[in-house]
Amino acid sequence: MSLEKFINQAVSSWMNNEGPQADIVLSSRVRLARNLEDYHFPSLLKADQAEEMIARISEGVQEKYLLELLKMEDLSSLQKRVLVEKHLISPYLADTSAYGAVLLSESEDISIMVNEEDHIRIQCLSPGLQLKETLKKANDLDDAIEAKVKYAFDEQRGYLTSCPTNVGTGLRASVMIHLPGLILTQQLNRIVPAISQLGFVVRGIYGEGSEALGNIFQISNQLTLGKSEADIVEDLISIVHQIIAHEQSAREALANTSSIRLEDKVFRSYGVLTNSRIIETKEAAQCLSDVRLGIDIGYIDNVSRSILNELMILTQPGFLQQYAGGPLRPEERDIRRAALIRERLQLEENC
Amino acid sequence: MICQSCKERPASLHFTKAINGEKTELHLCEKCAQEKGEQYMFSEHPDFSIGNLLGGLFNLNTPFSSQPAQYPQQKVLKCDSCQTTFQQFVNRGKFGCAHCYEAFQDQLTPILKRLQNGNTVHTGKIPARIGGTLYLKREIAELRGRLQQAIADEEFELAADIRDQIRSLEKKVLSEGGES
Repeated sequence: MSLEKFINQAVSSWMNNEGPQADIVLSSRVRLARNLEDYHFPSLLKADQAEEMIARISEGVQEKYLLELLKMEDLSSLQKRVLVEKHLISPYLADTSAYGAVLLSESEDISIMVNEEDHIRIQCLSPGLQLKETLKKANDLDDAIEAKVKYAFDEQRGYLTSCPTNVGTGLRASVMIHLPGLILTQQLNRIVPAISQLGFVVRGIYGEGSEALGNIFQISNQLTLGKSEADIVEDLISIVHQIIAHEQSAREALANTSSIRLEDKVFRSYGVLTNSRIIETKEAAQCLSDVRLGIDIGYIDNVSRSILNELMILTQPGFLQQYAGGPLRPEERDIRRAALIRERLQLEENC
Repeated sequence: MICQSCKERPASLHFTKAINGEKTELHLCEKCAQEKGEQYMFSEHPDFSIGNLLGGLFNLNTPFSSQPAQYPQQKVLKCDSCQTTFQQFVNRGKFGCAHCYEAFQDQLTPILKRLQNGNTVHTGKIPARIGGTLYLKREIAELRGRLQQAIADEEFELAADIRDQIRSLEKKVLSEGGES
């Protein structure tokens, strides 16, 4: 294992398998925030303590798991950006945290960030809707780390975190979900408030404050205190099932009532992707979403479904520049993005 | 002052938003603020980050306090372990260390209530090193609830049974000598 592998491949190998409900739910993620009792939180940590802590945490977990340790100080800003685009580290770890590090598994389904906002952020990813399985995986990692360190924990408040919005379980469970049907039928705006009343949040693809590129949304729990981990995950699963049902009926309604229009939209987007010479992130994402919908409905059958996940990441600015081997101006990026998409789709057609 | 949103209840929360030097003030009652607060928290407005909003919320202290407005306290509330003051916590929206939770305990409960939808007590996973007794304590609490129910239902045999279970669990807690 080496840094190159994490940086050069757009698709993490855990994404190669299709999970349950893969036509709508792209992936499931569980994050646990933990801190050690004997150290100040990362914002007040001194260099030697941080070093010591990284060593203790990685020693404990590496006894049971095969993980690669990458320190932020050893990475270029472009390399960090690529890891962010793959959701393996947070923008905060890449840009803001001092003495940040990350432990990655080979298939990239496990990422443990050290000295992010909290000392430890355990993150596990799975394809499709598999929250329970993912929580189990995160819990096992948590136990392995705890064997070597003493967590900051209070009977009343639970796991103590740097920010009071994470205290208690320290759990953030989320799904990445593709909702073109609800967007086209303009129903999502009505669903979002209902979801937030239940203590869950809908966000764009790269988390807080990010745009919903390509009709992909992230739904996660807002509350971390007062509910058990199992209940939080259970509730999220039932919300996701309801959204899936709405999305499916929206897709059916679209296919039934305006089939030719939908087909037109799908193939126009396919045309743009296969022919354009300059394309911006936003347009690319929208077209990819249309094409993916076309694949799901059955209009297009010579392109694999994973194309959306793959090209969404591959056409992000960091990746394009990594491929180009250096910095690119925005217009150069748009040209490269168009070329890359054309190439990739041609590959599919020849298969 | 009356809440700007519902125009019924008295306003107890006051937000000030400054965008490019332009100040907007918002006076809301608690109910409306909870609804609006959510909108702000998740809006994509970069000017209004969660940190800002938290700062706003923390500064309110206890809106229900019946005490008259006081002059700034002379004693600075501070965490002994990391030296973070309560004001620093409010500004950053982040604690300096685990001991801050103890140091700011009295101020924290209303903040948590607001952030966590009224919840202030953890009911999830417990680290293995303190797991044993804490799980027992939770079981006892649950049994006590069932005991009350049994008594209310006049199912005294069941109640006696539950009482015995509680006693034996309590003994177990004592013998394991939990930290707290």
